[in-house]
Amino acid sequence: MAAISEPADLVDPREVTLAALFFGFLRIALSGFGGVLAWARWLIVEQRRWLSDQDFTNVLSLCQFLPGPNIVNVSIYVGGHFRGPLGAIVAFSGLMGAPTAIALVLGALYQHFGDLAIVRGGFAGISAAAAGLVIATGLKMAAPYRGRPISFGFGLLAFGAVGPLRISMVAVLAALAPLSIAVAWLRRR
Amino acid sequence: MKPGDVLLQLALQFAMLSLIAVGGANAVVPEMHRFFVESRGWLSDSEFADLFAIAQAAPGPNVMIVGLLGWQVAGILGAVVATVAMCGPSGLLIYGVGRVWHRFRGKPWRAAVQTGMAPLTVGLILASGYILARAADQGWSGYAVTAATVALVLTTKLHPLWLLGAAAVLGCLGLV
Repeated sequence: MAAISEPADLVDPREVTLAALFFGFLRIALSGFGGVLAWARWLIVEQRRWLSDQDFTNVLSLCQFLPGPNIVNVSIYVGGHFRGPLGAIVAFSGLMGAPTAIALVLGALYQHFGDLAIVRGGFAGISAAAAGLVIATGLKMAAPYRGRPISFGFGLLAFGAVGPLRISMVAVLAALAPLSIAVAWLRRR
Repeated sequence: MKPGDVLLQLALQFAMLSLIAVGGANAVVPEMHRFFVESRGWLSDSEFADLFAIAQAAPGPNVMIVGLLGWQVAGILGAVVATVAMCGPSGLLIYGVGRVWHRFRGKPWRAAVQTGMAPLTVGLILASGYILARAADQGWSGYAVTAATVALVLTTKLHPLWLLGAAAVLGCLGLV
């Protein structure tokens, strides 16, 4: 992966062992409530100096551009860059293992106590707020498109078709993605 | 239905979602809802909303919702199968493409693909928020909490956990 440069102030890649990858991504996972990308950047760039800032931005833009959970993609890319396929698997396991175990324990508590009125009430509150967090994230991402009616229109179409109209996402993407990319191509500078 | 049959369905569904999840796990929440609630009838609206709430409230990546959904219908094995299926196909893709991606730097088609896909991603995230709000909110007070959360996130720098915690307290008091 020659996209990644190796300035002198970065760590020696040989120091990025399987154990370092596992515990590094474990720490990223457990630091982040509701989104871990900011923690990933902090640990990978600033604290451990595995990648330069520019390299991390490049990696992240690729991981956001390709399908799949973004932070999972980052773990697989970074693990693979330093330690090949095994490194990718180890980094992924570090990222997902502990959070999944914690979530399942919470899930088991929910199954046991989910019928209690006070727990039902608590979940009614949390799930309403969780929906609000997702909507707010979407609105923040939408803000840069305010002055760009064509992009705004494509976003609105995707929202309307998949949300209120409940059309299958595969069908919506198959219809809108080629159109939106073609328009972006024709309007390129 | 045999247990293996459920696992196979989980694996196929999430492997497919893995490859269309542009914008991450939260962008395919509408499809997860369609599969688990509408098509298979494995979960009710409020169970789906509750599991999503757990995934948001626990530390870790958003994609944990996938493990929770798999676990709810097929136990620990279901959680593992769903998580690996959701991350495997896209993981292979990033591993392969990562090795050649730098060659396309500055190519105009790459910029056009990114520019074209970005607004669709935003639309899909908002559609997820819409589906979650519909699934979670059974009355005006739920919608009020959702709206208040949106307003607070957009106007303050409060940590999301405070908002989830405050909503949980309101709910425990029977106000939601």
